Amino acid sequence: MRRNWDAIWLVARREFLDQFRDWRIIVPMFVLVSLFPFIADNTTRQAVNFMNRTGGGLILDRLIPFVVLVIGFFPLTFTLIVALESFVGEKERGTIEPLLSSPLDDRQMYLGKLLVGTVTPLIFSYGSVLLYLFLLARRSVEFPSVYMLTLILLLTFAHAVLMVSSAIVISVQATTIRAANLLASFVVVPVAFLLQGETFLIFWGDEGVLFYVVIGLTILSGLLIRLGLSHFKREYLLGREIDTLSFKTIGRMFLKRVTGNANSIFEWYTIEIPAMLRQLRRPLLIVICVAVITIAVSYAWVVTVTPEFIEITPARAQNVRNYLAENLGNLDVLNQNVPLPWLFLSNLRATVVFFVAGLVSFSTLGVTLFMVNMALIGGVLGGASLFNYSPVMVFVVAILPHGLFELTAVFISTAAVLNMGAVLVTPQPDRSMGEIFLLSLADWFRVLIGLVVPLLAVSSVIEVYVTPLIIKMAFPYL
Amino acid sequence: MIESNDLSKQYNNDFWAVDGVTINVQPGQILALLGQNGAGKTTTVRMLTALLTPTRGWARVGGYDVRKHPQEVRANVGVLTEQHGLYMRMTGAEYLDFFGEVYGLDAKTRKVRSDYMFEYFGLTEAARRRSGEYSKGMKQKLALARALIHDPAVLLLDEPTSAMDPESAQLVRNEISRLRSSKRTIIICTHNLAEAEALADTIAIIYRGKILLSGTLEELKRTVLGPVEYEAKFAHEFDMGELELPPGAVLADRSPTSLRFRVESPQDVNPKLVNALTSRNAPLVSFHEVPKKLEHVYLKTMADAQGVTYAA
Repeated sequence: MRRNWDAIWLVARREFLDQFRDWRIIVPMFVLVSLFPFIADNTTRQAVNFMNRTGGGLILDRLIPFVVLVIGFFPLTFTLIVALESFVGEKERGTIEPLLSSPLDDRQMYLGKLLVGTVTPLIFSYGSVLLYLFLLARRSVEFPSVYMLTLILLLTFAHAVLMVSSAIVISVQATTIRAANLLASFVVVPVAFLLQGETFLIFWGDEGVLFYVVIGLTILSGLLIRLGLSHFKREYLLGREIDTLSFKTIGRMFLKRVTGNANSIFEWYTIEIPAMLRQLRRPLLIVICVAVITIAVSYAWVVTVTPEFIEITPARAQNVRNYLAENLGNLDVLNQNVPLPWLFLSNLRATVVFFVAGLVSFSTLGVTLFMVNMALIGGVLGGASLFNYSPVMVFVVAILPHGLFELTAVFISTAAVLNMGAVLVTPQPDRSMGEIFLLSLADWFRVLIGLVVPLLAVSSVIEVYVTPLIIKMAFPYL
Repeated sequence: MIESNDLSKQYNNDFWAVDGVTINVQPGQILALLGQNGAGKTTTVRMLTALLTPTRGWARVGGYDVRKHPQEVRANVGVLTEQHGLYMRMTGAEYLDFFGEVYGLDAKTRKVRSDYMFEYFGLTEAARRRSGEYSKGMKQKLALARALIHDPAVLLLDEPTSAMDPESAQLVRNEISRLRSSKRTIIICTHNLAEAEALADTIAIIYRGKILLSGTLEELKRTVLGPVEYEAKFAHEFDMGELELPPGAVLADRSPTSLRFRVESPQDVNPKLVNALTSRNAPLVSFHEVPKKLEHVYLKTMADAQGVTYAA
């Protein structure tokens, strides 16, 4: 362990030395760090005066944490430069080969570069924040709470790790600095959105949500580090000289993965799809467990928490029953209000959204959206229970008939998304990240067209034409 | 020791950069790997350094399998890469110290080894200067010092004297010879045929990933250019009419002032040849082996591989 850390520090130390001797990095950093707090301080003073005149006290309370976030973020932009340089820059300068030829292992090299990429900008970032807070202390303005300040500093840390880890992933995969810089927009754009979201939360003043953002970003950063480590290959850095994009090869590889070795649709359904399902056995089990737990937790939450806010009196319960009777009375003509194609496409869109969300977040966002949907089911059943309907009866009558197909489709699709995330962060020495990405996409597409689309089609027909009839039979008073 | 069997590397599932390379270099031997740019020399060296995984075949370097023990292989190999790969903002001393530490040397050994390297390569005065300020030759020397800093048992050197002035190149060649004497196993990839001829015990010519020819210089000359040729030179024009040659000698060329013979077994045939000439009062002023250079072997081999005629 000690030896490991020594080697990581050795790599980092050399990089530190290199950075601190490069005026193109150091001068702008110092200028930014020392100048920006003064500009921000002056702006804060102007804003405070303005808001004191116009009564914008509420905004004023949130202004300083926001400025701290922004000041902390500016030096972090250097993380991209440092991290993008780390592997692909060394490759272009020809300095990577002696390092790769050394007995240092991949992890030591990777973590050494990650460390230096994160720490230098963070030192400048925190230095800048401290300078701003020092300038602020001279004015008679209210400081943000220690908790809020801690959250923002943690957010800054999470931003640094997130940006560095994703930039290193890019640096390892790209063959030229130019390509790496172009790919870096995949880091800059999401982080810009993230910053906007965090700004919104700061002005909203919800520290609780901000805390979860910190946790979420930390998890995402951890996954990115794992992704980078699992796909870091010396061979990859030396094996390719130029990036080539062959749509023909990509198309062929994708199609081959989707069709497998099947020669007919029959073979595909009897050999390939069962094989795919066997491969998804474990993620499917996890998804089902997650669904059951989410439904149960959501149900329990609605049943226990709702009465604290709304008292369920007999009169109120009767009102709800009357409302349901008025609105669900025309269930047998549901197709007129909710056309079958619309329902089908809506469900299909939801599975695609799960996939896209999963794709950009190593499946975590996809699974989160899935959990939100499961929580809705739990919520509906909890609500039914509050108004004295049997939740089991509601589930069996109103959800299960089409849910048998719809839930199965969603479970399988989410399992494929979960599997994709797991595959992306698992080392596969024989494949490039692009190949793994493409094959994961093909796996998901295979599940989509082979199972999800047919199941959703059947479920939509049942939901429009059968479920309403069953509901009317079970609850004739509706 | 370096040994490989059927060592091959395929890229993109269609292009074989190296195809079936089998070599065996014993401690105290130098193998020169010759070939055009893109012939597969660098890929071979990278596989032997455990930087690239072979698609087929195996290799053992310093007693370790490149697939199973890549880290041990790298720890026992000193590599001089195609590009010098120096960190331009580090001083020469910092650079060697860094790589010494990478290879696990303690501070005292690093200092001793670095000082020796700087002194040997004449870089002592430049040791405290940043390598970005070095000349091309100095950079190459520093890169070579890096490859030697941990005193490796195996050395893989890609163009070790490129960009060097003649004195520096001689210095490097001397160091390589010294390393051979101390039982190091060495592979040199080079385009400098004179250097290969001067240093190598065995030579391998690689073309499109395949080794076309390998062996000692003498073996290669014999295989590619045929039996050894000897030339007799006369003081003035001399007509000897029909000369009866002893068995084992074939007349290759003749002019009024010289004769050339191809001889299979010089120790047996040459004395008889000289006798035959002197018995006919030939005004003989010299009798010597016609020099054949590695360059001829290389160019002829390449010409044969490309199906073109080699004009010496």
